[in-house]
Amino acid sequence: MMPSASKIAVAGTIILLAALLPYGLIAIDQEYLIGLASRIVIYGLAALSLNFILGYGGMVSFGHAAYFGVGAYVVGILSFHAFEGSTLFGVPGSDSALFVWPLAILLSAFAALVLGYLSLRTSGVYFIMITLAFAQMLYFMFVSLERYGGDDGVIMYNGRNQIPGLDLSDEVTLYLVSLVVLVIFMGLFAMLVRSRFGMVLRACKQNEARMLALGCNVQRYKLTAFVIAGSVAGLAGVLNANLTEFVSPDYVHWTKSGDLMIMVVLGGMGTIPGPVIGSGVFLALEEFLPGLFELIGLAAYKEHWRIVFGPLLILVVLFARGGILGLMTKGKSDA
Amino acid sequence: MHSDALLSIRGLSKSFGALKASDNITLDVDDGELHAVIGPNGAGKTTMIAQICGQLEPDTGTVLFAGQNITSVPQQERPAIGLVRSFQITSIFPDFTAIENVAMAVQLNAGHSFQFIAPAATDSDLVGPAKTHLEQVGLADQAAVMAFALSHGQQRRLELAMALALKPRLLVLDEPMAGMGAEETAGVVQFLKGLKGKISMLLVEHDMDAVFALADRVSVLVYGRVIASGAPQDIRRDQAVIDAYLGSGDEEEEHA
Repeated sequence: MMPSASKIAVAGTIILLAALLPYGLIAIDQEYLIGLASRIVIYGLAALSLNFILGYGGMVSFGHAAYFGVGAYVVGILSFHAFEGSTLFGVPGSDSALFVWPLAILLSAFAALVLGYLSLRTSGVYFIMITLAFAQMLYFMFVSLERYGGDDGVIMYNGRNQIPGLDLSDEVTLYLVSLVVLVIFMGLFAMLVRSRFGMVLRACKQNEARMLALGCNVQRYKLTAFVIAGSVAGLAGVLNANLTEFVSPDYVHWTKSGDLMIMVVLGGMGTIPGPVIGSGVFLALEEFLPGLFELIGLAAYKEHWRIVFGPLLILVVLFARGGILGLMTKGKSDA
Repeated sequence: MHSDALLSIRGLSKSFGALKASDNITLDVDDGELHAVIGPNGAGKTTMIAQICGQLEPDTGTVLFAGQNITSVPQQERPAIGLVRSFQITSIFPDFTAIENVAMAVQLNAGHSFQFIAPAATDSDLVGPAKTHLEQVGLADQAAVMAFALSHGQQRRLELAMALALKPRLLVLDEPMAGMGAEETAGVVQFLKGLKGKISMLLVEHDMDAVFALADRVSVLVYGRVIASGAPQDIRRDQAVIDAYLGSGDEEEEHA
């Protein structure tokens, strides 16, 4: 189905507003929120990639942060060597985005290829557990990298990566670059899920036995989707490393994978805008709920903001099976 | 062995523990023939189909298709050589529309699906043939209806349309009339009559009227064994068949 004119108008308006957001925040002296906006965009991208396999492909990967982490660590490690002036396997460190970013995406894709190949031999609960186990393996591997800070991670003393003509050290520029990447990938995924490939993926989710009987080599398609999702998560990791100028094993921790899943479910599984909305709501609640606790005189409990967040999530899952996007488009005909 | 057999099953056996679900089954489907398999519940009909179509591997015995030994060919590779099945328990894509269901089958029959750009919904190479197959089974008006919202009989016919879209040489039909009303059954019988001669069929069915109206040859499966095989009128008179099957009807459900 082609998107209708009104849908394109809505999407265009939202993108325009998102692009103007940092200037608005500067105007009202809330510049510190630009960082939050960037996080929302970057996690939105990661959740979008998870949704491709989870929402469209029915692959409940509980280890998606692994690829987010691999992308981030490539940035962190190369930055570390660039700062130190040392080499890794004969390769000098680098701060050049044009070299680092494609390499990071490639290595994330490779990690997804290997782990996906092994994980996709299982299904159901076993698939969930094995993706989780692989991600935790990676977590402990990063913890064991003494040279790169072990538990503490790597601080990028050289600052963010260099892109000719763009100054990523400027918060607004980094936000806009991330936003452009997100919008491009939302478009690409929207195209993908409607293509022949996407139809196969969605059919596999609905009835894999039937796909086999129809003569489909299901595993090849699922693995391809898994690798696509892994590479895009890697790119999100790259952006997040640049945002925070810091990379640590926390990027890969299973709670991160859980957060991404929550974003997908919260926003609306199997939709393109859903995961991004989920990321926005999740991170905004994380940011503002503690303050809200203070405001209503419960400052002592503000670390326990999840007490509110948890039940909220349960309510969404129970009463809004299409997530927040489902609630917003309720009644309207929207596929 | 028939020289012109399209499908030849030789000595097929499969046990689950002490239960012999298939016991030395030997059976042919000739080119252009409609061979029906009947048998009481629990006779091992679906297990036999699962082995023919590669869902289960037999303990012993071989499956020959067009002269090739395909006993160990994975099930997803069988439609490409012309061996296509339908399911006893309706197996469709509930969240696709009727036409998307058939278009998926057309797409898979057209080769690999590593095409990432053009939208499938407006691809005339898919939608065109899908429409034709929906018309064939009388579902043209339901093309845009979500498959889960179709009636049981319509879903059964959708299954047939999907199977046809794979351009089968041999269609293995697992109780295509299961759960249908008399009128719908008559419709499917009429439809299968139209296919006869063009596509070879192995029809597993409970509905005796349908079987005797359609079949060129009937085999009777009881406790995993073929106890009789022959022309419909001979089977009707066969004493062993009457004793084992046509007379009784109170055995247990076969399928999980």
